[in-house]
Amino acid sequence: MSVLVYTESENGSFKKIAHEAVSYAKGIADAMGTTVTAVAVNAGDSSELGTYGASKVLEVSNDKLQNFNAEAYADVLAQAVKNEGAKVVVLTSSANSKFMAPLVAVNLEAGYVPNVTELPSSTEPFTVKHSVFTNKAFSNTEINTDTKVVGLAKNAYGIKENPTSASTEAFSPSLAEDDFSTEVVSVDKATDKVTIADAEIVVSAGRGMKGPENWGMIEELAETLGAATACSKPVSDMGWRPHGEHVGQTGKPVASNLYIAIGISGAIQHLAGINASKTKVVINNDPEAPFFKAADYGIVGDAFEVVPQLVEKLKAFKAANG
Amino acid sequence: MHSIFELYLVSLASLKFTQQNSSYMKILVCISHVPDTTSKINFTDGDTKFDTNGVQFVINPNDEFGLTRAMWFKEKQGAAVHVANVGGPETEPTLRKALAIGADEAIRVNTPATDGYSVAKQLAHVVKEGGYDLVIGGRESIDYNGGMVPGMVAKMIDANFVNTCISLEVEGESATAIREIDGGKETISTKLPLVVGGQKGLVEESDLRIPNMRGIMQARSKPLHVKEPVDATAETNTNTFEKPAPKGAVKLVDTVDELVDLLHNEAKVI
Ligand SMILES: Cc1cc2nc3c(=O)[nH]c(=O)nc-3n(C[C@H](O)[C@H](O)[C@H](O)COP(=O)(O)OP(=O)(O)OC[C@H]3O[C@@H](n4cnc5c(N)ncnc54)[C@H](O)[C@@H]3O)c2cc1C
Repeated sequence: MSVLVYTESENGSFKKIAHEAVSYAKGIADAMGTTVTAVAVNAGDSSELGTYGASKVLEVSNDKLQNFNAEAYADVLAQAVKNEGAKVVVLTSSANSKFMAPLVAVNLEAGYVPNVTELPSSTEPFTVKHSVFTNKAFSNTEINTDTKVVGLAKNAYGIKENPTSASTEAFSPSLAEDDFSTEVVSVDKATDKVTIADAEIVVSAGRGMKGPENWGMIEELAETLGAATACSKPVSDMGWRPHGEHVGQTGKPVASNLYIAIGISGAIQHLAGINASKTKVVINNDPEAPFFKAADYGIVGDAFEVVPQLVEKLKAFKAANG
Repeated sequence: MHSIFELYLVSLASLKFTQQNSSYMKILVCISHVPDTTSKINFTDGDTKFDTNGVQFVINPNDEFGLTRAMWFKEKQGAAVHVANVGGPETEPTLRKALAIGADEAIRVNTPATDGYSVAKQLAHVVKEGGYDLVIGGRESIDYNGGMVPGMVAKMIDANFVNTCISLEVEGESATAIREIDGGKETISTKLPLVVGGQKGLVEESDLRIPNMRGIMQARSKPLHVKEPVDATAETNTNTFEKPAPKGAVKLVDTVDELVDLLHNEAKVI
């Protein structure tokens, strides 16, 4: 009857969202009076998952699963759920989780709710709060099926330690040829950059930067903070920055701890996509820019003056604070 | 302005094409009918229903990229492009808009869209009945952000599936797709029948088509089939909606020194 959680890893180490997902799964398991079983695929040593509350880890090690494959991974999870008799499956909001969640749900005849922001308000009936209308509202939704699939919203629950002694078990699902009818041919991913999905801090800039040649100071600010870079939609539409940096309602969602918006007006479609960020800072020379209403801190000023000053100050701060 | 007779010739020509070309694809674009991105989000009936008062509905932006990509398939390699929506009669103007953009036929499954699962079930039935080779949906609808309908349809009809699809090429039975992943992209090779969850990148913003007068006129006479739903029980139901707690006022500071101090000592984010 346990709670099953998928723990995402990359190059043999678990991602932070895996720790957050296990923490959250433990919260549900406690509410239901049961334990957490984690599934780890080609992740190497998984004993660390006990720190966040996993009692058992099913370790899958299979060369065919080297690249993420939604169909095959969904099949692995569904088999693990059936083996364990799990009633709740916890996924995240990573691209891979969102890719496979609907497949897992259909496979298990389970109702699925994504973007869940809190522990269930009730486990009987199973009721979860999740963001809708791109962070403009929340919905309290009941899942009526016997098995439930929930996708945890990014950075919504946080990592919570809950030391538990975790046993590990090798798990060898039977994979059908059908599972591999989509095949990853190549992966194109910058390995030296923080991704918007994983970043705790995002530095984002808009049309106020006037042109792509002025992004040096934005990149420097991001580098100083160990942040990911992002941009408003027109900036990517004009080709100043790559599409992967477009954030907002029609771009990537951002739910970082700190979001710094530079030369971005704060249009409703932009705000919707970044609103789940915890602390928002705006640098804009127009005191009437709508973004100030949505921000926690603001500087009314010219980005071309403020940003270099901020970089200097932060470098000094980092040097002083390690 | 083109005469009805000309239009008739055009449709006759495309019909002939259907019969002759073996690589001719049948494409279904799933169209979600959503509030315009600038809409005020409010609820009624004790916070149990979305308040549609004064709200303008549009084609879900992610689906619009997919529809334009489908039109390119039609124009470059020959394809029939149908659009489908699960919803009440109020969604028909959105389907007509898709027809005006260039889709050949529209299907409305006459039942309210209650949850992602039940919508997927209806669409899966439409896909099976229509024998579509390629189904293009959106990465997510901007209203309920479920992001589950395309994947569920794929699983229900046993088709291949690519989500967050930003490029798609089809050659005979083979398809090459590019998927956006966290921090990059990957190239995927697969086969038809295929379902994709699309987004910007399938075509660019500047490629999106705005219906012109001719398209709007043609759309009036294109078929819009209303189908009765198959049995599908929702797996989830919304009890209530709520709005985020109102935000406190912004703290304006004059210097970067103050800002860094606040971020460190008050917000504790650096
Ligand atoms: C269907 C739809 C979907 C959309 N989806 C998105 C989305 O996902 N994401 C998104 O971002 N947008 C989206 N938009 C676009 C959105 O409406 C805005 O047009 C866009 O966000 C504006 O980008 P911006 O703030 O960079 O530019 P602008 O609105 O032009 O703002 C530039 C800002 O820079 C400031 N500025 C200028 N010079 C300086 C300076 N020297 N120093 C400091 N500040 C300066 C100005 O005061 C201004 O506030 C969408 C629109 C539609 C219709």
